[in-house]
Amino acid sequence: MTSLLRVKNLSVTFDTPRGPVEAVRDVSFDLGHERLGIVGESGSGKSQTGRAILKLIAGNGRVEAGCIEFDGMDILGASERDMRLIRGARISMIMQDPRYSLNPVVKVGDQIAEAYRIHSRASAKEAHKKALEMLETVQIRDHEKVYSLYPHEVSGGMGQRIMIAMMLIPDPDIIIADEPTSALDVTVQMQVLGLLDDMVTKRGMGLILISHDLGLVSSFCDRVVVMYGGRVMEVLEAKKLHEAQHPYTKGLMNCAPRLKDRQTVLPILQRDPSWLTD
Amino acid sequence: MIRVQDLRVTFGKGKNLFHAVQGVSFEIKAGEAYGLVGESGSGKSTILRAISRLTADWSGIIEIDSAPLSHRRDKSTARKMQMVFQDPYGSLHPRHTVNDILKEPLEIHGVNNRDSRILQALSDVGLSIDLRFRYPYQISGGQRQRVAVARALILEPEILLLDEPTSALDVSVQAEILNLLTALRRQHDLTYLMVSHDLAVVGHMCDRIAVMNRGKFVEEISAAQLRDAEPEDAYTRQLISASGKYDRETAKSFVSFD
Ligand SMILES: Nc1ncnc2c1ncn2[C@@H]1O[C@H](COP(=O)(O)OP(=O)(O)OP(=O)(O)O)[C@@H](O)[C@H]1O
Ligand SMILES: Nc1ncnc2c1ncn2[C@@H]1O[C@H](COP(=O)(O)OP(=O)(O)OP(=O)(O)O)[C@@H](O)[C@H]1O
Ligand SMILES: [Mg+2]
Ligand SMILES: [Mg+2]
Repeated sequence: MTSLLRVKNLSVTFDTPRGPVEAVRDVSFDLGHERLGIVGESGSGKSQTGRAILKLIAGNGRVEAGCIEFDGMDILGASERDMRLIRGARISMIMQDPRYSLNPVVKVGDQIAEAYRIHSRASAKEAHKKALEMLETVQIRDHEKVYSLYPHEVSGGMGQRIMIAMMLIPDPDIIIADEPTSALDVTVQMQVLGLLDDMVTKRGMGLILISHDLGLVSSFCDRVVVMYGGRVMEVLEAKKLHEAQHPYTKGLMNCAPRLKDRQTVLPILQRDPSWLTD
Repeated sequence: MIRVQDLRVTFGKGKNLFHAVQGVSFEIKAGEAYGLVGESGSGKSTILRAISRLTADWSGIIEIDSAPLSHRRDKSTARKMQMVFQDPYGSLHPRHTVNDILKEPLEIHGVNNRDSRILQALSDVGLSIDLRFRYPYQISGGQRQRVAVARALILEPEILLLDEPTSALDVSVQAEILNLLTALRRQHDLTYLMVSHDLAVVGHMCDRIAVMNRGKFVEEISAAQLRDAEPEDAYTRQLISASGKYDRETAKSFVSFD
């Protein structure tokens, strides 16, 4: 499989009044035309890994890496101007909190249309039509009505799909999807994943799916990167996630309630400091 | 404890009139946990918002302890019933510290012993007092959600309305919050109305579950029926088949129910 993206020894460090926070430490992986999952507990560095690839790290953060290479380009050395050409058009990221990322005073449909016009030379009318199509593609019912709603008027799951529509519209080579379906009901979640699946299998896109749902990742992805404390604990074939040997991965698998058998108390993850040292 | 009869909620006017909830009825006994699941946009959050009177255009009957609610928010029912919102980022004021957030309801309701109530609420939800003077952006997502639960509990309500209380959290924090909610319900004899799109979560937490689609209940089932996958309704069966894992063929086979 040819590689779309190579990340070698990536670290992200934030300066804070209480000293440096090492959010990502020495992370390496390759992404091909595949579905790569990143799982791990809250704060383990999943989002910052995704953001570093697009150089979207907050002002108090520093990115260091052996290399971040996309399609023969050196992202690490790229200028902000080059990055603006890459972001959205070539690599796009579906952010974790959709309603935070939408403009509160612009109709959601117009925001999708605008995303299209930035990357194409479409007329306002074409962009309007394309935005309606995209709303339909992400399984939004009554897309004509929803087009004219403002972000506070759409439900949680609708907001998430509107963000997905905006990111899919420029037809990028890589999508980094940060918890893209966490607010969706399970049937819509499956349909949205079906859509992303088609983009990978039919159009050869590369997908990084960041998620805390291990069951979903193991059934949807090809490979999974398991992160803890900014580090990669292990990289597994997705289908083998339930055979994972690392106690952290096993712990995460056990925490989730199961539909089939009810437990009175859910197991809690027991963290071990040695996971970060050896 | 809660009785809802023929609840209808609309948004907009004239040609933009939209019926978000279309005649929903249910009863929740004291100490019971009742779940709402269903399609995105089917009106789950809207039902909770109507019960907390955060939305004005509703009709039907909402009774708490056999007393019908009026359309205006009043202090005594606000104290009895608290809501934890779907969006942990949006529901905490970004420029208020954890302390400010917990103090506000105490001030509104003129409650004394504020310091000890705040410390108690932090300890109830397992938050260290080191976090007391931090801002929401300085704590993790799971800690923010604990703050939201602490704020809801600080007035010692009898009813909690929980809108996707763990959907923004990772599984390890989710397990902690769900265990916490289970323990609090037992300790304080609370009644829960809980929305979640995760069937395993509602199955774990709730006694009875209503399934919604397009503003209506399609059926009400017990947690045991959900576990044994014995629903009557085709939409519910589709939900169960989508639960837990992705399957390309299943995803493509989904139909929409009107
Ligand atoms: N601007 C910042 N300043 C200081 N620390 C930060 C900053 N942004 C993120 N961090 C820290 O970096 C670490 C990794 O954060 P990241 O957002 O990658 O976590 P995550 O794995 O995506 O978690 P979640 O599942 O909760 O989204 C966290 O400890 C976080 O508090
Ligand atoms: N202020 C508003 N103005 C207009 N329409 C609204 C408003 N608030 C909600 N709606 C509409 O009401 C319907 C129900 O929304 P609600 O938020 O209750 O859905 P939900 O079942 O909670 O969905 P989700 O699982 O996605 O959170 C949606 O179609 C939504 O667009
Ligand atoms: Mg994140
Ligand atoms: Mg909702």
